[in-house]
Amino acid sequence: MSRKSAVSDILKQKIKGLKCRECGKLYPPVALHVCEFCFGPLEVDYNYDEIRRHISRERIENGPKSLWRYADLLPVEGPPTVGLYAGFTPLIEARNLGAELGLKKLYIKNDTVNHPTLSFKDRVVAIAITRARELGFTAVACASTGNLANSVAAHAAEARLRCYVFIPGDLEAGKILGSLIYAPTVVAVEGNYDDVNRLCSEVAGEYHWAFVNINIRPYYAEGSKTLAFETAEQLGWKAPDHVVVPVASGSLLTKIWKGFNELKMLGLIDRVDMKVSGAQAEGCAPVASAFKEGRDFIRPVKPKTIAKSIAIGNPADGYYALKAVHESKGALETATDEETVEGIKLLARTEGIFAETAGGVTIAVLKKLAQKGIISKEETVVAYVTGNGLKTQEAVINAVDEVVRIDPSLDSFEKTLKLKEK
Amino acid sequence: MAVKVRIPTPLRKLTEGKGEVEGTGKTIGDLLEDLDGKFPGIRERLCDESGNLRRFVNIYVNEEDIRFRQGKETILSDGDEISIVPAIAGG
Repeated sequence: MSRKSAVSDILKQKIKGLKCRECGKLYPPVALHVCEFCFGPLEVDYNYDEIRRHISRERIENGPKSLWRYADLLPVEGPPTVGLYAGFTPLIEARNLGAELGLKKLYIKNDTVNHPTLSFKDRVVAIAITRARELGFTAVACASTGNLANSVAAHAAEARLRCYVFIPGDLEAGKILGSLIYAPTVVAVEGNYDDVNRLCSEVAGEYHWAFVNINIRPYYAEGSKTLAFETAEQLGWKAPDHVVVPVASGSLLTKIWKGFNELKMLGLIDRVDMKVSGAQAEGCAPVASAFKEGRDFIRPVKPKTIAKSIAIGNPADGYYALKAVHESKGALETATDEETVEGIKLLARTEGIFAETAGGVTIAVLKKLAQKGIISKEETVVAYVTGNGLKTQEAVINAVDEVVRIDPSLDSFEKTLKLKEK
Repeated sequence: MAVKVRIPTPLRKLTEGKGEVEGTGKTIGDLLEDLDGKFPGIRERLCDESGNLRRFVNIYVNEEDIRFRQGKETILSDGDEISIVPAIAGG
């Protein structure tokens, strides 16, 4: 613990403020997410000169075994106060899946086991709520497709903050229960995620709450960079050749790209010669459609997919995700519901990892990109699997075998299973 | 057509702090012109030099994104509720 505090204490001057990504206008580092002049998104403006003076591979390696080992590059001013164990999830060398797909060096970044709520959202929320407390908030909230709601509710319980989570009315049972158990106020809105999001933007204008993905979004979104930092460190301080990332709002993909480039800029890795490819569900593919049609603007869609966690028809960072894919010479591809279920089963069967629907989409797209030769055999590939399958059981409940029922006798066992070997 | 318009926080400096204002117009385009007359500068914030809505501005008529209708040509009816919402949220 003392080391953990030491890591983030030194760099109190690392945040200069917020800066509009479009017009460059500067703002103080408060709870604000939109430029009041051009409506562009605000981003954290770091004092990289100060960070560069302190940061090193060794300093990171001596840090806590959580995402807080990268505190120098995260937008909080003091030590973390909540979500101390988020991140640093396994990077698994997926030999079996790689063999099936004809990929020699395939890795899975396994955020199905993130602490405490089993999705990558534990990363962004640890940062967002630590920052919200620094800014003096006593209530937190979010608009969510489920995973974020679970994580905000859990961290709010830990931080003893009032909590309001807003979700679409038709979420999976596991995701609803996974929020309710922490006793927040769960508001199920009649409508899809985009309706929830629009409503929350309006609610956020009226109530003094820390909406993690609205007024706290500049800080929150930075948490996704840790998926790049960890991957680089776990590969021995190298960027992979190709990453495959699920795309909902587009923030995750954008920040993974930023994370690798930040490491390079600070000299922690030598080069970023990496393609970033995005995965969307066919029934909600506003970014992939723009890519395929060669558009540079995102046309919103009305989602219709089993991959509810990534069913965002009007993605806030769609434009930037598309830009990152183009810059890195990656691709965007889609998966049907059927391919998504097959993707979940394929990952489970080959690697023993039970991913949620977004993971199914990612694996299905990984497979397509490998088949099309967009990912080549020799590349070091990392697929980001960001949520746990136990939360979306509805998706696969009719796609698995039934149990073998027997009487409790050896005879019944042998007659029913008719096994040849002993 | 007289409609109600909900104003997002970043624009409230232009509307004397009001979160909801009245406006008129046959279409969204007309309404923006009407609002700009009442609250000078508001159109410039919402539209770029060529008059198109800025990339990070979403406008809704009765909860429906106008991009699912006719964009700035979307026809308004008396009593419609219009929301102007920054696009940067969520996910």
